[in-house]
Amino acid sequence: MKRHLLEAGDLDRDDATLVLDTAAQIEQALAGREVKKLPTLRGRTVVNLFYEDSTRTRISFELAAKRLSADVINFSAKGSSVSKGESLKDTALTLEAMGADGIVVRHGASGAPHRLAHWVRGSVVNAGDGTHEHPTQALLDAYTIRQRLGRLDGVRVVVVGDVLHSRVARSNVWLLSTLGAEVTLVAPPTLLPVGVGSWPVQVSYDLDAVLPKADVVMMLRVQAERMNASFFPSAREYSRRYGLDARRMAVLPDDAIVMHPGPMNRGMEIAAEVADSARSTIVDQVGNGVSVRMAVLYLLLGGAPE
Amino acid sequence: MSLLITNVRPYGEDAVDIRIADGVIAEIGTGLDAGDADVVDGTGLVALPGLVDLHTHLREPGREDAETVETGSRAAALGGFTAVHAMANTDPVADTAGVVEQVWRLGQQAGLVDVVPVGAVTVGLRGERLAELGAMADSAARVRVFSDDGHCVADPALMRRALEYVKALDGVVAQHAEEPRLTVGAQMNEGDRSARLGLTGWPAAAEEAVIARDVLLAGHVGARLHVCHVSTAGSVEILRWAKSRGVQVTAEVTPHHLLLTDALAETYDPVYKVNPPLRTDADVQALRAGLADGTIDAVATDHAPHAVEDKESEWAAARPGMLGLEQALAIVVQTMVEPGLLDWRGVADRMSVRPAGIGRLDSHGRPLAVGEPANLLLLDPTHRATVDPAALASRSRNSPYAGRELPGRVVATFLRGVPTVLDGKAQK
Amino acid sequence: MTERPAPSSELPAPPAPSQQAPLLTADDVARVVDRIAHQLIEKAGDSLADLVLVGIPTRGAPLARRLAARVESFSQQPVEVGTVDITLYRDDLRLRGVRALEDTRLPESGIDGRLVVLVDDVLFSGRSVRAALDALRDLGRPRAVQLAVLVDRGHRELPIRADYVGKNLPTARSQKVEVHLAEIDGLDEVLVTGGVAGGDR
Repeated sequence: MKRHLLEAGDLDRDDATLVLDTAAQIEQALAGREVKKLPTLRGRTVVNLFYEDSTRTRISFELAAKRLSADVINFSAKGSSVSKGESLKDTALTLEAMGADGIVVRHGASGAPHRLAHWVRGSVVNAGDGTHEHPTQALLDAYTIRQRLGRLDGVRVVVVGDVLHSRVARSNVWLLSTLGAEVTLVAPPTLLPVGVGSWPVQVSYDLDAVLPKADVVMMLRVQAERMNASFFPSAREYSRRYGLDARRMAVLPDDAIVMHPGPMNRGMEIAAEVADSARSTIVDQVGNGVSVRMAVLYLLLGGAPE
Repeated sequence: MSLLITNVRPYGEDAVDIRIADGVIAEIGTGLDAGDADVVDGTGLVALPGLVDLHTHLREPGREDAETVETGSRAAALGGFTAVHAMANTDPVADTAGVVEQVWRLGQQAGLVDVVPVGAVTVGLRGERLAELGAMADSAARVRVFSDDGHCVADPALMRRALEYVKALDGVVAQHAEEPRLTVGAQMNEGDRSARLGLTGWPAAAEEAVIARDVLLAGHVGARLHVCHVSTAGSVEILRWAKSRGVQVTAEVTPHHLLLTDALAETYDPVYKVNPPLRTDADVQALRAGLADGTIDAVATDHAPHAVEDKESEWAAARPGMLGLEQALAIVVQTMVEPGLLDWRGVADRMSVRPAGIGRLDSHGRPLAVGEPANLLLLDPTHRATVDPAALASRSRNSPYAGRELPGRVVATFLRGVPTVLDGKAQK
Repeated sequence: MTERPAPSSELPAPPAPSQQAPLLTADDVARVVDRIAHQLIEKAGDSLADLVLVGIPTRGAPLARRLAARVESFSQQPVEVGTVDITLYRDDLRLRGVRALEDTRLPESGIDGRLVVLVDDVLFSGRSVRAALDALRDLGRPRAVQLAVLVDRGHRELPIRADYVGKNLPTARSQKVEVHLAEIDGLDEVLVTGGVAGGDR
């Protein structure tokens, strides 16, 4: 494994499989235990450096680090020196001086974790950067798929929604294809990046055409504000053409699952009855997130520093 | 003061001696008698007319922490330049006779190159109403090039009026071609790489659409148009078409667009962030071809110094721009001369003669001939060196060429017969 | 210090019969397992019904299963087995680097109040056993914990002693003790290799 996890492309097939296997072993090791804590990272310091509010991702990382007995420092942009204009580099050097072994970073600018990795000795884990990537989300999605369907190789995954602005979509495209899944992106053309043709995916504008052959449908959050920039005419039209409702869910194969990275816009990209159905893995995804992030922290921070 | 350059090859041709006296080339021949003149050994060196840059950001007034007229002039002289056009996006903006005269005087004081101010087209670069173009033209700075560079004169009616108005001044509007509505938040070339990197794309069409519009306007009103930093293959095609129709359009390409591609954005290192952005390899090839066949008239550096804090940051927060003055000629040697796309006369044409013509500079871009102003440089074309930003004369360090080995070394530069650079070192 | 090679990357190739004679042959291993089984039955006495054999992966796990089978065969008493992966409890990850995890599985009835016998192939520094004890503490509260090992090679770094030892093997610290078991390696044998340098892989 590389020292940092900055994007899904940092993981080859063996690495990605190791993360998923490790997460499974951790989950098994902790199952049913009263003491859900392991001493593995005792004495290590993990900093959660969050420039964007994301309570659920931060809590997931925090829980993962604490279950491995790491010391956790939450450093959020609000109310800190960051909001007084301290540069990313100065913040990095500060964390370095404090002896951070791992830095989990969420930032609004694509590539910010890559820059950070240049300035610190500890491992950097990308917890979402701009419209670039969110690799641990993709890992937990892959974990969830494998858990529910028993495999990833050859699994047909349909990713629906605002691919253009989605770091979750980018990470999933690269990770899932590394792991042998067949990814199809479905979105209005305005919400697909120019250059998507170079990705290892199929592209469709027609959700109804791809659903009958999908093993997994992954719905992306779509912000209603996008319609102000004419990415689509209205929330209603978006929902009609690209939303997953009960009628569409009914044409899925029997064992197909429905995923969503959260937070959901119920009634926009996903109907409530779909989100709450037995096909939905949305709650599993949250729980799996902790196991997968424990695996990532263990594999990156557990060993010898370089 | 008299000076004899011995055994030097003008335009890379047969070796001669060149005598310089009273700021002009006094004699060219073989076996000239040194007499009491200072002798510069030109053995193995190529003599070219002093380079003229149509596009330099000297940052003074306003951002003297990034560059000053003096430090930028020194960088220019070391790059073989004898004249540079100083862009108008200073603080305050060079949109009045007062500011352009201040910049011009600072250049005179530095005395390393002729600093030729560019005047803003619109007040405050805001694209709303014309600045006092005539006052700037009539000032001591004799402004002939007008540009809102950094911003596009996006309003087509305003652009038309600017093109028309400068006809009376023998001026030219140098357009930063970027349709702003198509580049909101843009960070890099829009294509395969921006898709993967999650950086907002800057589509080629945003440049090409404005160039297409402006050549039609310039043709319609019979005015001179100059296009700054052409960066796409499509732009080259539009320019070729416009020139074939007789439109008075000229264009420049930067050294970085001749060499670098958007693959460098994969580092997320903002030293590679520039506007217009680095493009694809196909664009680079088209730009070289366009420069070779003259569709693109000039190489202009778009030398854009930035303070460390404006570059050592996340990509989106960084300011666009890169240094260029000190490496421009080396990059032209590497990308144009060594592959055989331009000979030395071609280099002189694209880096001195034509840019001087576009800027209406009388004493620059002149041939190496008896009686001409002694503005020239001596280049060792065989020398190769690795770029070390810390060794640059610019006050800033944002060179995208750090660590690259580049060919050619400017050994000496002469401004009106006075050496500004000797043995590769600035003389003040 | 490769008493527990990682399962994937460090597996020896199917063992060509080793150059030097094994210290324990397959027959020896079988005899030793039988002997430990007998000792367990004897020492456990009435507690045999509470016995849980917990193997430390990699090779402690099949050893625990073998021991359980022998105990069952000799005593006609069913014995429960489990495994406890100690990787996440090691205090030397920084030195050894991270590795893939292995199974942790305990009997459904748990280990509270029972006699737990940890089973490992080689007892060396004692750090693996210490880690296993830490792991057990998080998994329940046994009545007593004992330790059974196939080979005790000495060089303890912690105050830990085995209750059942198949064979005491005096070794140099630089030497390497390799235990091969049929379930993993294709045959049973115990080798001592190296001796000068290169004891560590």
